Amino acid sequence: MDAAKASEVESREDGWARAMRAGLAGDMRAYRALLEAITPHLRAVVRRNLSGNADVEDVVQEVLLAIHLKRHTWMPDQPFTPWLNAIARHKTIDALRKRGRRAEAPIEGLEEVLPAAAESEGTSHSELERLVGRLDGRSHDIVQAISLDGQSISDVAKTLSMSEGAVRVALHRGLKKLAGLLQEKAS
Amino acid sequence: MKTDDLIRTLASDETTEPHMTRTLFAAVGAAVVLAGLVWLAMLGPRPDFMPALHTVRFVFKFVFALVLAGTAALVALPMSQPFDQPSKWRPLLLLAPALLVGAVIAELTMVPSSEWMKIWMGHNARVCLMSIPAIAAAPLAIILLAMRAAAPARPVRAGAIAGLLAGGLAAFFYAAHCFDDSPLFVSTWYTLGIGFVTGVGALLGGRLLRW
Repeated sequence: MDAAKASEVESREDGWARAMRAGLAGDMRAYRALLEAITPHLRAVVRRNLSGNADVEDVVQEVLLAIHLKRHTWMPDQPFTPWLNAIARHKTIDALRKRGRRAEAPIEGLEEVLPAAAESEGTSHSELERLVGRLDGRSHDIVQAISLDGQSISDVAKTLSMSEGAVRVALHRGLKKLAGLLQEKAS
Repeated sequence: MKTDDLIRTLASDETTEPHMTRTLFAAVGAAVVLAGLVWLAMLGPRPDFMPALHTVRFVFKFVFALVLAGTAALVALPMSQPFDQPSKWRPLLLLAPALLVGAVIAELTMVPSSEWMKIWMGHNARVCLMSIPAIAAAPLAIILLAMRAAAPARPVRAGAIAGLLAGGLAAFFYAAHCFDDSPLFVSTWYTLGIGFVTGVGALLGGRLLRW
């Protein structure tokens, strides 16, 4: 890595860490921008480690879900990118295991991978979407309405005549459930 | 589902879990209290507890158990993170076994060999073997729960550390009840009890700590 590249990676790290701290403090706009910014990086990491597997986008989505649900395991005084890469690696190994392949996810040089654009950005056949169908009751309705029908928390609260707080709780629970369903498939 | 839709969904989920450091600290605190309560309900201190505190062998049991539980607690935090590299704290885990080996050597040089068998078998080997897992059960459960909320890169190893921590705590409290103070006894029967809890932790970790 030459000096220019190194300083680019460094400032990227600073920006990501700052956005994550803001996100953890409740700034959801910064948080969303961060998730969007890291996705091409995750795609590159996943694509490289899956080597030629078609369902890169499924794994990218799993990684994003894990990052979201495990964001309280990042130490705000530690660098963000290594934490991000550790989660990406963990979920990629999981994905390889699920597909019955020997897990060989290199950890070196992750910071050098080139960000990648999506080939498919996920489709209606995405694994996560299928699993949304396996949620039950309120969790299902709420996750479905927000993720697939594009509604906001307040829309959903009105439609289901629930308080926004209750919708938030059910959404969070539903996302954790989704991660659990993914894990079931992995083991 | 498009990845953009997922990102929008995640960004509308504002619920953040308590930071893992806090959860783990709270769990270790609760584990200490639970171990103490179970010990008090089940066994309590031995009658000569106060005078026994003046003997080196009795005090050593607490030092050993405390060092074991303390170093396991130090390692439990990095082991609950997603990084798949050994933490720099890991060598500390050798401290408690090293203390024990030192104590055993000292004991063997000080006590005539005709006594070895007697102090090795002690009075309470079976009680010790059962008490340490019994005291450790609730602490182990609560530490595993806290780790489950985190993201341990190696579930089996993290579970084993939880077992070591719970076993160390249980040994600390059990030591106050137990009449057998010789390092020969401790290095065998305490270690077997703690080892059992560690094994159970590893087994449960492999099932409960995947994410």
